[in-house]
Order: sequence, then structure tokens, then C-alpha cells
Amino acid sequence: MDISTKNPEEAPPPTPEPSTAERKRTARGATRPGDRIFLGISRGSGILLLVIMAAIAVFLTYRASLAISKDHANFLTTFEWNTGLVPPKFGIAVLAFGTVVSSIIAMVIAVPIAVAIALFTTHYAPRRLRGPVSYVIDLLAAVPSIVYGLWGALILVPHMIGLFGWLNDYFGWTGIFSWEEGAPRSMLTVGILLAIMILPIITNVSREVFRQAPQMIEEAALALGATRWEVIRMAVIPFGRSGVISASMLGLGRALGETMAVATVLSPDFIIHASLLNPGGGTFAQNIASKFSEATPFGRDALIASGLVLFVITLLVNGAARLIIARRAEYSGANA
Amino acid sequence: MAKRIDVSGLTAYYGSHKAIEDISMTVEPRTVTAFIGPSGCGKSTFLRTLNRMHEVTPGGRVEGKVLLDDEDLYGHAIDPVSVRREIGMVFQRPNPFPTMSIFDNVAAGLRLAGSYKKSELTDVVEKSLKGANLWNEVKDRLNKPGSGLSGGQQQRLCIARAIAVEPKVLLMDEPCSALDPISTLAIEDLIGELKERFTIVIVTHNMQQAARVSDRTAFFNLAAVGQPGKLIEIDDTERIFSNPSVQATEDYISGRFG
Repeated sequence: MDISTKNPEEAPPPTPEPSTAERKRTARGATRPGDRIFLGISRGSGILLLVIMAAIAVFLTYRASLAISKDHANFLTTFEWNTGLVPPKFGIAVLAFGTVVSSIIAMVIAVPIAVAIALFTTHYAPRRLRGPVSYVIDLLAAVPSIVYGLWGALILVPHMIGLFGWLNDYFGWTGIFSWEEGAPRSMLTVGILLAIMILPIITNVSREVFRQAPQMIEEAALALGATRWEVIRMAVIPFGRSGVISASMLGLGRALGETMAVATVLSPDFIIHASLLNPGGGTFAQNIASKFSEATPFGRDALIASGLVLFVITLLVNGAARLIIARRAEYSGANA
Repeated sequence: MAKRIDVSGLTAYYGSHKAIEDISMTVEPRTVTAFIGPSGCGKSTFLRTLNRMHEVTPGGRVEGKVLLDDEDLYGHAIDPVSVRREIGMVFQRPNPFPTMSIFDNVAAGLRLAGSYKKSELTDVVEKSLKGANLWNEVKDRLNKPGSGLSGGQQQRLCIARAIAVEPKVLLMDEPCSALDPISTLAIEDLIGELKERFTIVIVTHNMQQAARVSDRTAFFNLAAVGQPGKLIEIDDTERIFSNPSVQATEDYISGRFG
């Protein structure tokens, strides 16, 4: 209802149209110093992050281009790394293969175990066990990676002989699990070691997500006559799905970039082995770590070029994970 | 087929705290029984003992007997999971599974109970949604997420989910307290229809609602905070609201306390 038609005399005089700038300010409203400071800090942090990412990308691309332009072999498909040759010949095929394969092995082993531990500590373990179990898993994350490397080389590698023999006996015919030679300093051993290393981060994040599964959704499943496992399948795992994917990405990031542990355990060469059991191969980070200190300036640029490829692989993997999460956003547990 | 509930000497605890004490009552099949009483008097706790949801709460335990027709729900050989398949529940806040479509929400209970053919599922889902007066609003978007519906629609979706498995009894824990008056009216009308097929027990804070929907009303009260809640009286709704036999009931209903 229009008031002015009711009381024409009392209608206030029309205020002059405010200027655009004025209107903008009033639309935002008055701000308090606390809001302004917090806005500045958070916006600054966001911008800083972008600047750092851009700086890394520019640095990697520039140094990499110096090396790749002088490479006399195909950088992506060559199976050797001879930066000292004249002309130099080097390529990342073996490193990309080794990095991806060892990380896939690590994920295949670690993700199911981490999810199971997280579900155990949030939904199965008796209350007084939950704290201690979580604490021990957290401790795993505090172990430096060189210690994992030493443990891997001194304890894990000798103990893999039995497993490798068994795999070779029963699954050697697949080609992937045949074992012809050498100590078990191979991709499978590296993958298992990486799995142990990324277990805590995936477990931790998954546990936090599962713990936040809404009680009322779990009760809905219970009241329908779901068993404990069915409650977890209907109400907890779907709710935590995107969180588990994010957790796995954090773990994968660590597996892709792990350096010391891989360098300590693997006996590297520049061959792609079809079998996961035969020693050899290499990863980006391991190759950079073992060659960097003795490399010529040109050799360093070549190593940085390999680092650029790792950077791109990581970006692609993260992008793919985001796509998976976004595709089912309307079914997200966050809508509960 | 709707069944009778017969409770005798039921006491429920949270750890060492006694929440309700020595409750006995009978709920006839195909009637609506409303539980009223001040906050903390244990009416929701009592409701949750009827489908063994109380013991899901850490420290929750129950003494006494609940008979569904002639079967003791707390008998030694009884699996609580199978009890909950016979006695459905609707909660205070609508809680459809956020990760499932409307169709899958309604089908969830059936899928738990066993394997069904796709055509059977489709039939039951349609029948249940019609039973919950929701079919016309959602029939064109069955594969959309249930969380996209309004609060009242979500609550009717939860009712459809509960009745899809043809429970013997339907428990409702303040089903309208999070809804607007129009959605509340829709649910109340629905309760009137559902009572033809199910035995219904409803907890409500709204006394007009109890008067509108129920055949029988039970009044719960507690002597003081920290004391266990008790059943003061249960009688025909008309009588409870016109001429209750206990003074405390009349005081509560006429707003003199609580």
C-alpha cells in the first residue's frame, strides 16, 4: 500500500537522486575497522597465494625452456638422461611412468586402508580406543621421510623377498608381477613405502569428514532398519565422499613429490620395466634429488624442466578431482 | 497390517540417569495417540524406546516390556534391526538422505529389506509418494536430490520413505515443529489418512495439534528437573482436553504451568 496517497500532506519531500558513487557506498553500508582489516588480510592472503603460484610457474617455465630448447632428443618420449653429452639428450618418459605408477600403487593400497581406519575410529571403535588409535596414526605423519627411506631400505626391502617370490610364482604370468633379477628395490616396494607415508594424512582428513556425518541422517537410516554397516554405506560414506577424494588428493600430492624415501629405496635406471617387481625406473623427485647437487647449470635447468612436468601432472590430477566433486555437487552431503 | 502396542513397566536410562520411570500403556491398532507434556518430561525418549532407537544413544538402556501384538520387542532373540523395519519413524527435523534422489530416498528402506525388481520399486515408490500426498509435486523430478525440496515437502518425503516398507506402526517425533502452518496442515491431514492403515504415535508440543489429530492423548510430566518423567494419564483425547481426571493435566492444558 502506498502511504503517500493516504496522507498526501505528510509525505516527505522527495530526496534528490543520489549520485552513482554515493549510492555505491550506501549499498555497501558503513564498515567497521575490524571488518576492513579482516577483509584486507583475507584478500591479501588470497592474492599472495595466486602470486606465489604464478611465480613458481613462471620460474619453472623459463628455466625449463632454456634446457628444452637445446635438447636434441624428444623431451617427452626419450628413455635417457644425458645432459652432459654434446649435443645433450634427455627425456622424462621413464620419470613420468615411475612417478605415476608408484603413486597409483600407493593410492590403491593406502586409500581403502585409510578409509577403513577412519570409519573404525569414528563408528566402530569403543570410545576409549578412539583417541589412542588416532594418536598413533598422527604420529606416523611426524616421522621424517628420510627415516621412512632408511627403514624402507634396511627393513622393508629384505622383507619383500618373500612377497616378491610368491607374486612371481602365482602371478608372474601376467608380466606385471614377474621377477627375474635383483634386490626388490623396485616400483612395488616404493609404492608400498609411499602408501605407509600417505596413510596418516588420508586417514586424518577422512576421519574429520566422517565424524561430521550428521547424526540425524544416520538415525534416518537406523530407523529404516539399517545395520551398522548399512548406516555407514547409506549415510556416512556418501556424505564423506568428496572429503575422501580431497584427502586422497592431499595424499597423492605427497606421493607424487616424495623424494628422500624413494631415492633411498629405489635402485634407479632409465628403463621402463613392465614388471613392478624388477628393480629400476625412477621418479621426478628422486631423479632431481640424486642429480641436482652434481649437475652443471645446464643440467639443473634440465632437472627443473622435469620439475615443470611434475607440476603440470599435479595440476591435472587436482583439476580432475575437482571435476568429480563438482559433478555431484547437488547430491553433496553438505545439503543436509 | 497395523498392530497393537502394549507397554508395561518401562523404565529408560541415559547412563545412570533415569529418564522415564515405570510407564505402562496400550496403543490400539489404527488409532492416533498423541504424547504431550513439558520439555524434558521424556516423551521423545519413550517414543524412541518403542522402536529400540533409545539404545542407539550412548549409555541408553531400557527395562520393562514392549509387546507388539504378542511379541516382546526387548526379548532375547529379537534383533533391534528387525524391530525398526516393523516400526517406522519420522523425526523432528526432515532428514532425507542428502546424497540420494527423491526416488532413492523412498526406495531406501525397500533396498535394505531385500532385492526388488525395478518395476516393483517404481510401483511402491509411486504408491508411497501418493500416500504421503507428495506425488503430484515431485513426479516430474524423481531423480533430483531430495534436499532440493521445501521443508514441508522434505518431511512428507520422509513419511513416504517410512511408509514404503509397510511398517506396523508409525512413530512421529514432533514432525511439524520445524514447519510452517500450511505444511503443518498438510501433514495433519496426512496423519488422518494414514491412520486407516497404520498405528500412529505422535509426540507434539502443540496441544491444538494433539486435539486435532489424535484419538487418544497421553500426558507426561516430571516432578522436578533431574527427576524421571512419568506418564500422568492417558485417555480419549476429547476427555483429556475437556475433563481430565488428574489436576496436573488440567493445569498443563489450560496453560497454568509448563
